[in-house]
Amino acid sequence: MIAAVESVGLGKRFGRRWALRDCTVTIPAGEVVGLVGPNGAGKTTLLHLAVGLLAPSVGTIRVLGGRPGSGQAQISKVGFVAQDAPVYGHLSVADHLRMGEYPNPSWDRALAEGRIRQLGLDPRQRAGSLSGGQRAQLALVLAVAKRPELLVLDEPLASLDPLARREFLQGLMEVVASQGVSVVLSSHQVADLERVCDYLIVLADSRVRLAGEVPDLLAEHVRLSGPRRDPSSLPSDQTVIEAGHTDKQSVMLVRTRQPVLDPAWTAMSVTLEDLVLAYLKTPEPSEASTRPRLEVAR
Amino acid sequence: MIEFQLDAASGVAPYLQLVQQVHQALRLGMLEPGEQLPTAQQVVAKLAINPNTVFKAYRDLEREGLVRARPGQGTFVVGTLPPRDPAAQARFLNSMTSWIRDARAAGLDADDIEAIYRTAVRACFAEGVA
Repeated sequence: MIAAVESVGLGKRFGRRWALRDCTVTIPAGEVVGLVGPNGAGKTTLLHLAVGLLAPSVGTIRVLGGRPGSGQAQISKVGFVAQDAPVYGHLSVADHLRMGEYPNPSWDRALAEGRIRQLGLDPRQRAGSLSGGQRAQLALVLAVAKRPELLVLDEPLASLDPLARREFLQGLMEVVASQGVSVVLSSHQVADLERVCDYLIVLADSRVRLAGEVPDLLAEHVRLSGPRRDPSSLPSDQTVIEAGHTDKQSVMLVRTRQPVLDPAWTAMSVTLEDLVLAYLKTPEPSEASTRPRLEVAR
Repeated sequence: MIEFQLDAASGVAPYLQLVQQVHQALRLGMLEPGEQLPTAQQVVAKLAINPNTVFKAYRDLEREGLVRARPGQGTFVVGTLPPRDPAAQARFLNSMTSWIRDARAAGLDADDIEAIYRTAVRACFAEGVA
C-alpha cells in the first residue's frame, strides 16, 4: 500500500532558521492523522511541504507516491485548506463553488451542492458575512468536492467556538466515512483530536518527538506513582518520558511494551492529552539502553 | 434503530462503548435479529468520531456472531443475548452485601474491598471461569 505521506530526513530552512529538521515519518493511507505541537513547532511548514507550496531544503517527501505539487495529476489528488479557512469575502457561496469547479477536472458538483444544502448555507450569501464555522465548512466543501485522496487541513479548528468545532468534525468524519479519504490535520488542541485520529504526530522545536497509531501509543505509556526513587534505577525496557518527585514520592510517565511488574508502583493509564503534554515538556527522551534489565524471578 | 452515545469521562475506549451498547440493547430486547445497526456514516455524523472506531466495534460484534455485514446494505443483527435474570441479580446482590458486611467487620475499608473485588474479577475472567 502506498503511504499517504512519506518523508526521509526532511528539513526546511528559512535563512538561518530551521523550521523543520530531521523529519522522517511514514503516514499510512486511509487514516486520520493528527499533527500536534505548539505554535512555531513546524506544523504548517510540514503541511506546506506536503502540498507543494514549499520545496524541501534537504531530504525528500512523497505524497501518495508522488512529488508534491508536481503537475495536475498530483495536485488533484490532494485537497488543502489553509489556516483560517481563507474565502473571498465579497463573493457568494455559489461563486466559490464555480471557482472550485473551474480548475478541477474531478470536481463533483452534486457533492458540493449537496453539502452546501446539508449545511443550510444560502448559495447567494456573500462569504464575508458567514460565521467562522460556516466559513470553515465552506472551505472544507471546496477541498472535498475535488474528490481528493488526501485532505490536508491546517489548524481547521483554531478559530472556531466549541459548537462549530464539533459540527466541523462531524462533517469531516462523514466525509471520511463516505469517501474513504485520508486526512492530515494539525491542531494545538489535543482534546479535539482524541476522538477523531487514528495516528498522531507530535512536533516540537522543529522535530518529530512522537509518532504512532493512537491505540498503540496509549497502550505503551503508563503513569507510575510510588515511593521516591531515581529514574535511572528503572528497568531498561522502561523509557522515562517525564518524572516528578516530592521528598517521599515519585511520579513518572514511562513508555514500555512490557507489563509493569514492580509492586511498589501504582500504574495508571494516560490520556492522549497527558501523553502529548509530557512529550512537549521534556526536551529529549532519556537514554534507556545503559540501565539494568529487571529480571523476573520465578 | 438504536442511537449510540459516548461517555467521554468513562475512560472506556470509544469502540468498546459502542460494543457494550449493542450488548445492552440486545439484552433489553431493543435490538432484534434482522434489525439494522446505524451505518458508520450516521454514527460519525452524530458523534464526531473516527469511522474506523465504528468499523472496529462492528468487526468485534461480527466476531462474536451477533451481527453480520451485508456488502452495500449495512450491518444487521443476527444473534441474540439472553436477558439478565432479575431474580439471579437480586440473589447475588444479597450474598455480596453480606460478604461486604463480613469484610468490614474484619477491619477492611472500602478501598481494600474494591481492590479484592477487582483482583478476583480479573483472576476469574482471565482463567475463563464464567
